[in-house]
Amino acid sequence: MTAAASQTAPAGSVLTGRWQLAPKVAVRPEPFGALLYHFGTRRLSFLKTRGVLAVVRSLPEHPDVRSALSAAAVPDDAVSQYLHALTALAESSMIVPAQQDSSLQVSPKEDLA
Amino acid sequence: MTAPTAPQPVGRLIDRFELGLDAPICLTWELTYACNLSCVHCLSSSGRRDPRELSTEQCKAVIDELQRMQVFYVNIGGGEPTVRSDFWELVDYATEHQVGVKFSTNGVRIDETVAARLAASDYVDVQISLDGATAEVNDAVRGPGSFDMAVRALRNLKDAGFRDAKISVVVTRHNVAQLDDFKALADTYDATLRITRLRPSGRGADVWDDLHPTAAQQRELYDWLVANGEGVLTGDSFFHLSAFGGTLPGLNLCGAGRVVCLIDPIGDVYACPFAIHEQFLAGNVLRDATDTLGGFQAVWQNSALFRDLRSPQTGGACSSCAHFDACRGGCMAAKFFTGLPLDGPDPECVQGYGESALAADRGEIPKSSVDHSRSGKRSTPRASVPLTLLTRRDGAPALGKAGGRPPTTLCDENPLAGLSREERSR
Repeated sequence: MTAAASQTAPAGSVLTGRWQLAPKVAVRPEPFGALLYHFGTRRLSFLKTRGVLAVVRSLPEHPDVRSALSAAAVPDDAVSQYLHALTALAESSMIVPAQQDSSLQVSPKEDLA
Repeated sequence: MTAPTAPQPVGRLIDRFELGLDAPICLTWELTYACNLSCVHCLSSSGRRDPRELSTEQCKAVIDELQRMQVFYVNIGGGEPTVRSDFWELVDYATEHQVGVKFSTNGVRIDETVAARLAASDYVDVQISLDGATAEVNDAVRGPGSFDMAVRALRNLKDAGFRDAKISVVVTRHNVAQLDDFKALADTYDATLRITRLRPSGRGADVWDDLHPTAAQQRELYDWLVANGEGVLTGDSFFHLSAFGGTLPGLNLCGAGRVVCLIDPIGDVYACPFAIHEQFLAGNVLRDATDTLGGFQAVWQNSALFRDLRSPQTGGACSSCAHFDACRGGCMAAKFFTGLPLDGPDPECVQGYGESALAADRGEIPKSSVDHSRSGKRSTPRASVPLTLLTRRDGAPALGKAGGRPPTTLCDENPLAGLSREERSR
């Protein structure tokens, strides 16, 4: 196994700054939410609701994640779940800080399964 | 690995997947039945090229369709796919059309030039098949010289700077004790170990009794996976072992016809790579095209077989078992090709129900009519043979001889590789 990606975003940092889908990520909407595939890391992820998908897609339009959640009218009691989801996406490099160089280098991690 | 815990959950993804998706998440595409090797357990009984093999243009039309359907990537195998003279052209065409490629090879064509080319692409992943951590164990299954061929390919990839190639191992009775050695080998070549389950499919039916891990070895394998699973790929193929206790990483679901399938070299679409038999034949990418749908999409969305596989299944004889939710009854192909009922236990059921089922009268055991083996003697591996292949596109030159070290078959492709780990949980 190669070493874990060295430039994945540290957990928690999802709260600051503008975010976007990583350039090498493809999104396929599904009735349950969406499938995401990262061509760089060769990893597959799932979004389990269309609500999360809508927020993810709207990220570049907002100065930070909380603004995106507000704009999407995510109820207060669901915010922590959305943040959990977005943090997981950041940790797996599916979303990246919007200002970051689009050629973000990511070590290929296991695509398991 | 994102398993967002989401508001208003739609239920477990596994339940969704059992009902099927509008398009596969990924699929296996065997580009040719031609192979220089004659691995004793070849799941597709490869060897000779089928004269009906899809042409370059037909393959490109399939890729166009996969792009429209947003199939993220294809697992290309065979046969030895790299012996098609248009192999690289098709790989380039796929990646230019947002269809990622993972291909399996015995390494015959992975020379320094090819390795450098592969290292330059972000969208191509390589799996080198190896079924022993030593030449002795490997070559007994894959044929004389095949170990050296694979290792040379791994060395070329590493030297070229290719990161994270996969070493793809079918676990057998004779190599299960070498798992740590395989891991060390992978580390040596900056590769990732991928281990998958031996199925009694293709020529595997002839050797399964002698090669499948014993009950004690299955336990050993399970314990090894629990200890090492984070750094090892499995293509989700060992979910039957989940009945030992803790769930293994992966989706733990038979994806056949639901989230994966197989396209064979002549365009026939089967439920999974391990199910090349008319009973699991859903259609053909050429024959089944309609005015509005391409052939593959029409088969995927409309075939009666796939619709049936996506309908709620009963656990049959397994439904009263306390472990049914963990193992889901195991592998459909393993059951079918050992003559067991599809709604009963897996032949390698770790609770022992498979053994008793195998001991009972199984009647006539189904055998695939699709066999491209080069000789009738299916269970003896032979040394690599040179292959010179043409594709059907008129005027396309053959790429020259296979250099005396032709390629092998992908004997281990598994459909579910790539699914996120969390999905084993709810």
